[in-house]
Amino acid sequence: MPEQRVISAAQAIREATDLAMAADPAVIIMGEGIADPKTIFGTTDQLMEKYGPARVMEMSIAENGFTGMAIGAAMNGLRPIIVHQRVEFALLTMEQLVNNAAKMHYVSNGAHKAPIVVRLIVGRGWGQGPAHSQSLETLFAHIPGLKVVMPASAHDAKGLLLSAITDDSPVVFIEHRWMHYVKGHVPEGWAALPLDGPARLTQGDAVTVVSNSYMTLETIRAVEALAAEGVAVEHFDLRVVRPLNVDPIVESVKRTGRLLTVDTGFATYGVGAEIVARVMERCCLTMKAAPRRIGLPEHPTPSSRSLAAAFYPRSPDIAQALAELAGLDQARITAIHNRLAEEREALPFDVPHPSFQGPF
Amino acid sequence: MTEAALAAQKDAVRLDLYRSMQRIRLVEEEIAKRYSEQEMRCPVHLSIGQEATAVGSCAALRNDDQIISSHRGHGHYMAKGGNLKAMLAEIYGRVDGCCGGRGGSMHLFDDSVGMLASVPIVASFVPLGVGAALAYRHFGQDRVCIVYLGDGATEEGVFHESMNLAAVHKVPVVFFIENNSYSCYIGLADRQPVRPLTDMAKAYAMPSASVDGNDVEAVQAVTAQAVARARSGGGPTLIVADTYRWREHCGPNYDNDLGYRPMAEVDAWRARCPVDTFGAKLVADGVLTEAGKAAINAEIEAEMAEAFAFAKASPFPDPKTVADRVYA
Repeated sequence: MPEQRVISAAQAIREATDLAMAADPAVIIMGEGIADPKTIFGTTDQLMEKYGPARVMEMSIAENGFTGMAIGAAMNGLRPIIVHQRVEFALLTMEQLVNNAAKMHYVSNGAHKAPIVVRLIVGRGWGQGPAHSQSLETLFAHIPGLKVVMPASAHDAKGLLLSAITDDSPVVFIEHRWMHYVKGHVPEGWAALPLDGPARLTQGDAVTVVSNSYMTLETIRAVEALAAEGVAVEHFDLRVVRPLNVDPIVESVKRTGRLLTVDTGFATYGVGAEIVARVMERCCLTMKAAPRRIGLPEHPTPSSRSLAAAFYPRSPDIAQALAELAGLDQARITAIHNRLAEEREALPFDVPHPSFQGPF
Repeated sequence: MTEAALAAQKDAVRLDLYRSMQRIRLVEEEIAKRYSEQEMRCPVHLSIGQEATAVGSCAALRNDDQIISSHRGHGHYMAKGGNLKAMLAEIYGRVDGCCGGRGGSMHLFDDSVGMLASVPIVASFVPLGVGAALAYRHFGQDRVCIVYLGDGATEEGVFHESMNLAAVHKVPVVFFIENNSYSCYIGLADRQPVRPLTDMAKAYAMPSASVDGNDVEAVQAVTAQAVARARSGGGPTLIVADTYRWREHCGPNYDNDLGYRPMAEVDAWRARCPVDTFGAKLVADGVLTEAGKAAINAEIEAEMAEAFAFAKASPFPDPKTVADRVYA
């Protein structure tokens, strides 16, 4: 078998963009800093040199304005990709996304389309604090007409972005900053993946866990720790938050009777809340334990590392919840938690953990 | 072309302007008259009194040029040549409406004549026009887009963002402000510093023009210059046309009893009715006669009668389709 190529998710995103722009002259990319020396963490590197300023548009600091501009251009046949270096910048664009992009096709009874992709980057760590490190996928996922995609691997980042760009509906594509570093096997060429929902990462009959984006990487560590103890966890990476496909999760929970959700964002009204509700509607009578949710707590993100350490759930917390759901005795639960906690605490938590680089 | 033929052509163009304004006037008056039947069950924002801005500016456009409008969009839709039956059926919530009953009065469009969209969130549609115009250049087309907005919309941040973006990227768009001096019940002086609205263009190094919005030929001339500039790669223009909304902000009635605007002001603007003053001018110029006016009215009445009957006869959309077309 030939050796598979390994690249980072950031490189995979750049490659998908390049492929889509080469394939279709209607694809343009617009954002603040896409052609600056940092090129959005390298994800737009060399695109200006290759495609020029008419298709690689460095934008004024006018997020709502240029989002509306992208929607109008899309109505006339372009396929704009918008990039925001932080998800918070997109809060200024909610008016355009919610009132125009999400409704254009529906209101016109199918006559109009708004095929835009909005790439949003979620920051984390290094004291970025209250307004530079939120994960706000639920705000977008609440709106019919928008699609919301959250890749967790280099492979999915490329494949899902290709499909997002060719999709005729507006797609919000949320990239966790720490996911950019993750390396993995990524096929060359046009390797689109359908926006069809969760991917089953591991099989098992003990517990079902559903995670998304960066928290999938934390969950992988926890699932490995459980596996080392002989507990087989069925792990889904959600990937597509809207439209939400819970069918494979329901099928799994019918077998396991136990469900844990792990969100990148706030637990309250979060993605996990919706998944638990949907699953319970279909299999609450066969549950062996009450479902559990892990997500961010009920306060903003603090900057100081002493405070932030208490803010983010990590693999030891996930492993503990999984072990408790699986019904392990307290000694084993503590042992699993402590082993992961020891591994994590040996390293600073406010920079990406080296184990998260893959390849996955 | 002979001098006589040229003159005849000019007369025909002027008659078209009159006919188009009178058509908007009569259709909206008919909407107002029938509104109390409670069969048009959606908000209506009538543009009675403002017909010259829509008609004069659209007369400067080609069919494949596009326009974008707001909540007060009936006049723009009709001036651009939008299908009257589809507009009325939409207001009646019927399946033959331009949106199949999904949009109502505030979401009119007719792609066949370049009526791209109307969006009822103030100024929300302004950047759509900038983007629509960006696409023309991308595809090598020499089309132009007019964005219609009221004076209130110029207070929104996204209007200024759009002006800046249009100026920086030099897109073929015309920002057309219909300044009727009121945002609902609040006058312009309570909302903005006193200065010409055209001053805003200076901040974006953009050419501008102000025009009497009740003078259809003046509106056409000013718009034609802006459109020519945009079409030839000269970038955007801001036009400010002063005009007046006769009826209430939303609904079929007059609301002058509320006292938010002086009656002397209302009367002065009504005395300068864009349709009647232009009609009188055409009569004085020997282009139109009273009999000619009556013939035009009869023609419009017949079209309207058929269109209202069509709209009311059109079926309601099937409730089973309510979840269709959320995603393209």
